[in-house]
Amino acid sequence: MKRIVHKHPLAIRWFHWINFPVLFVMIWSGLLIYWAYDPYKISVGSYTLLSFFPDGLYKFLNVPFRLAEGMAWHWVFMWLFMLNGLLYIGYTFISGEWRHLVPNKNSFREAIAVTLYDLGLRKTQPPFIKYNGAQKIAYFSIMLMGVGSVLTGFAIYKPAQFSWLTGLLGGYKAARLEHFILTIGYVLFFFVHIGQVIRAGWQNFQSMVTGFEFIKRSDPPVTPESPGMPDPVAPSPTPNPLPA
Amino acid sequence: MSQIKEPNLPESDVPESMARRRMITSFSLFALAAAIPLGVYEWITNSPKLYGARKPLRRVLDANAAIAKTYFSNTHLVATFPVEEAAKKPRTNGYDGLKTPLPEDWKLQIDRAQGAPLLLTMDDVKALPKHEIVYEFKCIEGWSQVQHWGGVRLSDFMAKYKLGTKSGDAPNPESTDDLYSYVGMETPDKGYYVGIDMESAMHPQTLLAYELNGQPISAPHGAPIRLIIPVKYGVKNLKRIGRMFFSDTRPRDFWAERGYDYYVGL
Repeated sequence: MKRIVHKHPLAIRWFHWINFPVLFVMIWSGLLIYWAYDPYKISVGSYTLLSFFPDGLYKFLNVPFRLAEGMAWHWVFMWLFMLNGLLYIGYTFISGEWRHLVPNKNSFREAIAVTLYDLGLRKTQPPFIKYNGAQKIAYFSIMLMGVGSVLTGFAIYKPAQFSWLTGLLGGYKAARLEHFILTIGYVLFFFVHIGQVIRAGWQNFQSMVTGFEFIKRSDPPVTPESPGMPDPVAPSPTPNPLPA
Repeated sequence: MSQIKEPNLPESDVPESMARRRMITSFSLFALAAAIPLGVYEWITNSPKLYGARKPLRRVLDANAAIAKTYFSNTHLVATFPVEEAAKKPRTNGYDGLKTPLPEDWKLQIDRAQGAPLLLTMDDVKALPKHEIVYEFKCIEGWSQVQHWGGVRLSDFMAKYKLGTKSGDAPNPESTDDLYSYVGMETPDKGYYVGIDMESAMHPQTLLAYELNGQPISAPHGAPIRLIIPVKYGVKNLKRIGRMFFSDTRPRDFWAERGYDYYVGL
């Protein structure tokens, strides 16, 4: 017999893996759209630190002169993105899964400890049940960012019909920039996420497919709420599943 | 602690063979499911084009237009700005339809269901009440600029000359069946052309514009008269109107033929 912990419900796994290609299409088609008017950059004085984006990158990704195509894909897959996101949020709250996800007052302190642990500046990480503090903050933020992308998206998609929304977000130009920044946020999240999944290892990764993880016999039961445990290394589900 | 306690994750004991079987099943299904997005991509990119866009995409774009029409309203107005905020040198972009000189004998031609086409001069147009609007013009490329336009409402114009109806009467908001579904416009050389749904054409902010920043509009901006339709991207704001007509089928549209959404309503 093997002892397993049921980590990810089937619905969550579906939402996660549907979101991956759908969000990919949204980001890719968004880039095709952004290219047609690409004024954003980070500069210090007159010196441009980072330009979004260099011509070489556009060429490498075959972006130029595909605005019409980009808009078509964007306005088709936005429905899937919204539907999947809505179902995910609905499921998370109705099933009670949100209790694993929503950060609490300890999460920020934990997230700092986790980060220090990740950087090798701390020997142990605080105990956790499903997600550590940093993960809670990251995954909950990404959910809010999804809501933000839909709102800023509608503000630039229908600025006349939803002029109240566009106004609320600071106007048409501001909403376009906000929509862009959120997208940059997804891309950054993606790289950290991949890095952390690799670090966390196979057990953790496969649980996003199978839903369960094996528990080693030697593992103590999960009792993070039990008092008097002096900062143990989290016993479960995976020794080291890190944020994002 | 007042906050709700995070529950532990459920655990169970399973035979090793069953766990292994579940892993194999899950990963097999995962691999199969991974083929779906690739299949969808292949299907879309290998579909024939319908009016410049891949058929499945075009169908959804048209459905999006139908959805957008359900919440479109004449009471939803584009935000307006103080006149000081208007650009002093408004941007121009695109010269299709303007590549030949304006014909000397230019008149605004309007095709009608009954009788000969109506031929109007600028004085005929200017006889109608003038309206001005300072709003953020939005290009489909993504840039926008606050601009100050003046002209006559297209809805006033259609009422005055009894246009856009099958009966030949002035448009009546009560009898939408009598209205044609689309307005078509093209430049005198037919180098640029647009089709616009009747609801957007009749929107109170839609103008036949002849002034920009209080001056007659210049040739690159579409002299002598152009369409200013704030509820659409710039591509629908046809410059130098040569001919106007009404139809129940979609008039051809320059950029839609090149793969853009037909409706592009804001």
